Amino acid sequence: MTSVAAEIGRPRRSTLGAAWAYVRRHVLTVYAILFFAYLLLPIGVVAAFSFNHPKGRFNFTWKGFTFSNWTHWNAIPGIQSAVVLSLEIAAVASIIATALGTLMALALVRYGFRGRGTTNFIIFLPLSTPEIVLGASLLTLFLHVSSAIPFGFWTILIAHVMFCVSFAVVTVKARLVGFDRHLEEAAMDLGANEWTTFQKVTLPLIAPAILAALLLCFAISVDDFVVTYFVAGTNTVTFPIFVWGAARVATPPQINVIGIAFFVIAVTAMLGNVVLQNRRAKQA
Amino acid sequence: MGLGLFHRHRGATPYLLLAPGMLWLAAFFLVPLGFLAYQSLESGSIIAGFGYAFTWAWSNYSSAVRGYTGEFERSFEYAGLATVIALVVSYPVAYWIAFRGGRWKNLLLLFIVAPFFVTYLIRTLAWQTILSDHGLVVRLLTDIHLISPGGRVLATGTAVVAGITYNFLPFMALPLYVSLEQIDQTLIEAAEDLYASKWRAFLRVTFPLSLPGVVAGTLLTFIPAAGDFINAQLLGSPTSHMIGNVIQSKFLGLQDYPAAAAMSFILMAIILALVLVYARVVGTEKLTG
Repeated sequence: MTSVAAEIGRPRRSTLGAAWAYVRRHVLTVYAILFFAYLLLPIGVVAAFSFNHPKGRFNFTWKGFTFSNWTHWNAIPGIQSAVVLSLEIAAVASIIATALGTLMALALVRYGFRGRGTTNFIIFLPLSTPEIVLGASLLTLFLHVSSAIPFGFWTILIAHVMFCVSFAVVTVKARLVGFDRHLEEAAMDLGANEWTTFQKVTLPLIAPAILAALLLCFAISVDDFVVTYFVAGTNTVTFPIFVWGAARVATPPQINVIGIAFFVIAVTAMLGNVVLQNRRAKQA
Repeated sequence: MGLGLFHRHRGATPYLLLAPGMLWLAAFFLVPLGFLAYQSLESGSIIAGFGYAFTWAWSNYSSAVRGYTGEFERSFEYAGLATVIALVVSYPVAYWIAFRGGRWKNLLLLFIVAPFFVTYLIRTLAWQTILSDHGLVVRLLTDIHLISPGGRVLATGTAVVAGITYNFLPFMALPLYVSLEQIDQTLIEAAEDLYASKWRAFLRVTFPLSLPGVVAGTLLTFIPAAGDFINAQLLGSPTSHMIGNVIQSKFLGLQDYPAAAAMSFILMAIILALVLVYARVVGTEKLTG
């Protein structure tokens, strides 16, 4: 450490140092504000253009303010059924994926067994595979079995469960790793059998992680376009596929309405969670 | 039913717990990859009927590389650029939230994730509006002479990289935050007590300790970015198309399955090779958790 000698002269510059620290602290804050402005800019644009009154087929230039896109959100043929289908698939897929993922997380954290490394690797693999490859490979599979499983709801559901499972495992695992095993041992010492302990102690403690996994899977499923586009076939339209089709021929402002509606619901739910956590932290 | 949850024994229980999920992944992830591999070695053409036949047609691979070198290069160039930009742009913010966020941490994290609850495609269409020829960005850049009058941002590689950077930002910012948040503050204080300047303490203590987050963030950004075709489709032009665009159109438009399958495998192989090199450098346990 040759710089120690040089640093000894430091106290003399301490006022300068303090000023510099002050400036730097605020530079970082200003930067963070700009960063958030950048993050939210496109959302602002989507929100603003949901009130636009476009003259042509495309919703790219501002022509006037109207509420009618919101009051007539389902006026575009096909948009309502697309939204409903997306929500249905996301609900079912997230429940199945979270159930499978929770069981796998329990096995991986609680047990030493042969093949653990391989299992971890196989779970990790879909996360490190680009979506287009997931979609393409499922398409080649479904092309071969299309008489048994026709393209549509079921192929999309199967695909969504597949790419959600790994996310669910990772989410639940994170909570299980930081889990105090003494609580379970205490329950067993008090005479609870394993199943009762699981129900009364383990499950309530990992419930937040299970809920987080459910919500994460739901969000990923509802938003997925690439894999869905490959496995949907030609007649099944989820909301992202609807937007993709629309982007080529016309972009009705109703697309923005639904985008912002999803956004508001999700952010409100998360805000509620943050407030709840803060309140709980204060009580503790 | 004894679940045996509390003993690390070698019974059948872990396998029973794993079975449903692993079967799903085997049937709908591993088996399809096998089908894709099989398909990539078929030959034939749509014009000669609809039959492709398995012929060990390795030429699909060589012609994919030969015919689409530009698209492959662009995929990795754009993904690499976007990853580096995302890292540089989001590191200071992750740092700010982790060390200065106080009791607002959760709220600030929510701000980072929130934009991504607007569907990917709609977000990208919003960038189309923002970067359009008469939009704010183009006017601003023309005013400060960064682009010449009549110049464009939309339909260029710049717009594609900008779109990819934006769309995958939380995948970078969140792991960075997690690793920075876990750093023991007393280590940084110790460095400063030992007369390290703030900057040196950052370089020698904070940054090295945040490396797991950097690694996770770069992988989580780079991998989906390299296979992306949406940004190139909506914000670029045919001269800025990536390999994802080719795979997509060959699969779903032209139904040239063997060529598209071969390309998918080349893409995956390159990505996997890069990930493995990365894993070798930083250790696998950090990658797979």
